[in-house]
Amino acid sequence: MIQMRLKLRYSGFALDVDLQVPGRGVTALYGHSGSGKTTCLRCIAGLERAEQGFVQVNDEVWQDSDNRIFVAPHKRALGYVFQEASLFPHLSVLANLAFGLKRIPKPQRRVDMAHATELLGIGHLLDRHPQHLSGGERQRVGIARALLTSPKLLLMDEPLAALDAQRKGEILPYLQRLHDELDIPVLYVSHSQDEVARLADHIVLLSNGKALASGPIGQTLARLDLPLAMGDDAGVVIEGRVSAYDADYQLLSLQLPDTTLNIRVPHTPLDAGQALRCKVQARDVSLSLDNTGQSSILNRLPVTVVSEMSADNAAHVLIRLDAAGTPLLARITRYSRDQLNIHPGQPLWAQIKAVAVLA
Amino acid sequence: MTIRASRFAPTCLASLLAVFAFGSAQADEVQVAVAANFTAPIQAIAADFEKDTGHKLVASFGATGQFYTQIKNGAPFEVFLSADDSTPKKLEAEGDSVKGSRFTYAVGTLALWSAKEGYVDAKGDVLKKNEYQHLSIANPKAAPYGLAATQVLAREGLTDKVKDKIVEGQNISQAYQFVSTGNAELGFVALSQIYKDGKITSGSAWIVPASLHDPIKQDAVILNKGKDNPAAKALVDYLKGPKAAAVIKSYGYEI
Amino acid sequence: MSLSSADLSAIWLTLKLASLTTVILLIVGTPIALWLSRTRSWLRGPVGAIVALPLVLPPTVIGFYLLLALGPHGYLGQLTQSLGLGTLTFSFAGLVIGSVLYSMPFVVQPLQNAFSSIGTRPLEVAATLRANPWDTFFSVILPLARPGFITAAILGFAHTVGEFGVVLMIGGNIPEKTRVVSVQIYDHVEAMEYAQAHWLAGAMLVFSFVVLLALYSSRKTKAGWS
Repeated sequence: MIQMRLKLRYSGFALDVDLQVPGRGVTALYGHSGSGKTTCLRCIAGLERAEQGFVQVNDEVWQDSDNRIFVAPHKRALGYVFQEASLFPHLSVLANLAFGLKRIPKPQRRVDMAHATELLGIGHLLDRHPQHLSGGERQRVGIARALLTSPKLLLMDEPLAALDAQRKGEILPYLQRLHDELDIPVLYVSHSQDEVARLADHIVLLSNGKALASGPIGQTLARLDLPLAMGDDAGVVIEGRVSAYDADYQLLSLQLPDTTLNIRVPHTPLDAGQALRCKVQARDVSLSLDNTGQSSILNRLPVTVVSEMSADNAAHVLIRLDAAGTPLLARITRYSRDQLNIHPGQPLWAQIKAVAVLA
Repeated sequence: MTIRASRFAPTCLASLLAVFAFGSAQADEVQVAVAANFTAPIQAIAADFEKDTGHKLVASFGATGQFYTQIKNGAPFEVFLSADDSTPKKLEAEGDSVKGSRFTYAVGTLALWSAKEGYVDAKGDVLKKNEYQHLSIANPKAAPYGLAATQVLAREGLTDKVKDKIVEGQNISQAYQFVSTGNAELGFVALSQIYKDGKITSGSAWIVPASLHDPIKQDAVILNKGKDNPAAKALVDYLKGPKAAAVIKSYGYEI
Repeated sequence: MSLSSADLSAIWLTLKLASLTTVILLIVGTPIALWLSRTRSWLRGPVGAIVALPLVLPPTVIGFYLLLALGPHGYLGQLTQSLGLGTLTFSFAGLVIGSVLYSMPFVVQPLQNAFSSIGTRPLEVAATLRANPWDTFFSVILPLARPGFITAAILGFAHTVGEFGVVLMIGGNIPEKTRVVSVQIYDHVEAMEYAQAHWLAGAMLVFSFVVLLALYSSRKTKAGWS
């Protein structure tokens, strides 16, 4: 478990958070610029010093201002990926990678050079100097360099923010691999819902230096009381498991967690049992009272209405639904809501027009 | 109107010219290069000189060798009060000064001086005792007092003994500085720097007998630039006069 | 006519003085420059101004105050005497002190600029890669500041070779101890030994030019920060 209690003031900005996030998996620190997410990360790293702070990562206390404990950043077993790679210009890629590695005593090394370069696909770049790399390549080297310190916690500060869409697309798969293959907990700062949706297991929502919410990704994204649900791309993230594959129609069946409900998605074949993350946007979900009508919509799930909230425009509302434990959001017109008499507790059928696989 | 103006014009003009001529005849400036050791006496003399003749004395102080170089390279000095006699002789031989203007304005006396009271005895035996760290003299290549100091040391057989303790000031003023700040316990300075009206002004000193070194004849000369300056001539005359002589003697020089 | 042995020993003394001064200034000036480039304390202004003083003060002012300070009545003089070192006026050590003060801004300022331009990011990166402050200094700051060090060394050395006013005030013109080239040339001119003055001055000019040329040519352009 990672605990952070941080209080910090600048002129015009105050950070005040008290959070506990899982000591495993990827936790996203999400919010707009100026919300304090980078400051939070830097405090955890020790690059900034909270006036009053308590930072504990699993079993190590890195800061405890009540007891005058402050572990210097270079003594903390963390890896940090900065927004702009920040590779050392006077060293080759290989020397950059080795910089952290050689400062870790051999017995403590859990990530080796071969593994890191393979994971990030940078084996062919080792002799080059940072000036001769593209932005995406530099960022991958930066990530590998941080990994090679065999950290107990990986901190990533908007690693994709400085990249264009194409480069982002290049790196995201590597980050997803990291998530799947390494056992290192990650704190990932981002203002992109898309990145967060793809990578995070747990999300902390920050605004104006305060934490508005902290919870598992699926649940939290679906919460209607948060600004997350605002905006055109409001939706939920579903972690499903491959249950079957129809080779004839090329449809993948995904079983929803802790239930027998399935959704089907056009996809290439995958092995049964494999985990797959998907996003379902509220605007792609419609509601009906029964399941009788023949329709081209592939996925129809029995749901219960949980609550309702106004959407980003006056004609629509957002309905939060529960599909046997998996939350869903549906965006419908107020007219339809009144027509169908939508109310909490009501059993309905949700029709999901599109499912985006995030893999 | 015009006729009247033209009749008066010559008279007006003549009066104006007379005023200017009269004015300039009354107050000329003379640029003087003065050897460093003569600083105090010339300042006293300058005040009397201005009072008595109306001319203003503008003095620059420094090392004799330095002045020679500057004069050869066109410095605006009109009268040169040297610390030795050989430099003015050289200037005369090289045609840089007015022939016949050279004369000895003072004969210098050397003194062994310490800023500490009671350090230097009246016979200068402290020199032979060799208990000091630094002995300050002026650069013998450039200053006659420095040359005289080396002659005294040779005469007393001390040259080798004190060789490692010698520190050289670039001119007699710097030699004095080293001693007055205490960095050198004692040094050979010009008597005029530490003497007034029959007394040593501070510290302790041995007035070196003139027999121990070649006489330090200090000659003055009118330089070419001062050839037509009446103030230059007036200064030279004044220096030969009784009032200046009294001042010069009061600083420990001989005439 | 060429260089006499007195001239050669003056040259050798000058080179010794300039080299020693430069080395001392690089060692002493680096922490000062590092502090000046990173501190946010109010002392930054006053310390920076003091370091820069020799840029504007005539060397004779520094020399004069040193003459007083190193003498038996001055603070430094009393300190050295209590340590059994006597007074440092008229000594090579005294010249080194004077040269260090006189050439300080010429070493500290290029270093300070080099350190500032590195910025804080590389230092943070190094810390996250397990490098402690000493380690960071030698493995990141020094290499990135290399051009600054070269400039500082060049300027410090050259400036000390040209020193005259300070030496004049506190040197005492002692052969092989304080009679540096600038004073030797001055003496030749004073004594009207112009030919010797030409030889010595000319030799120093050629030497200085060759040294500066070699050092300036070896400076690589600074690697970009990416």
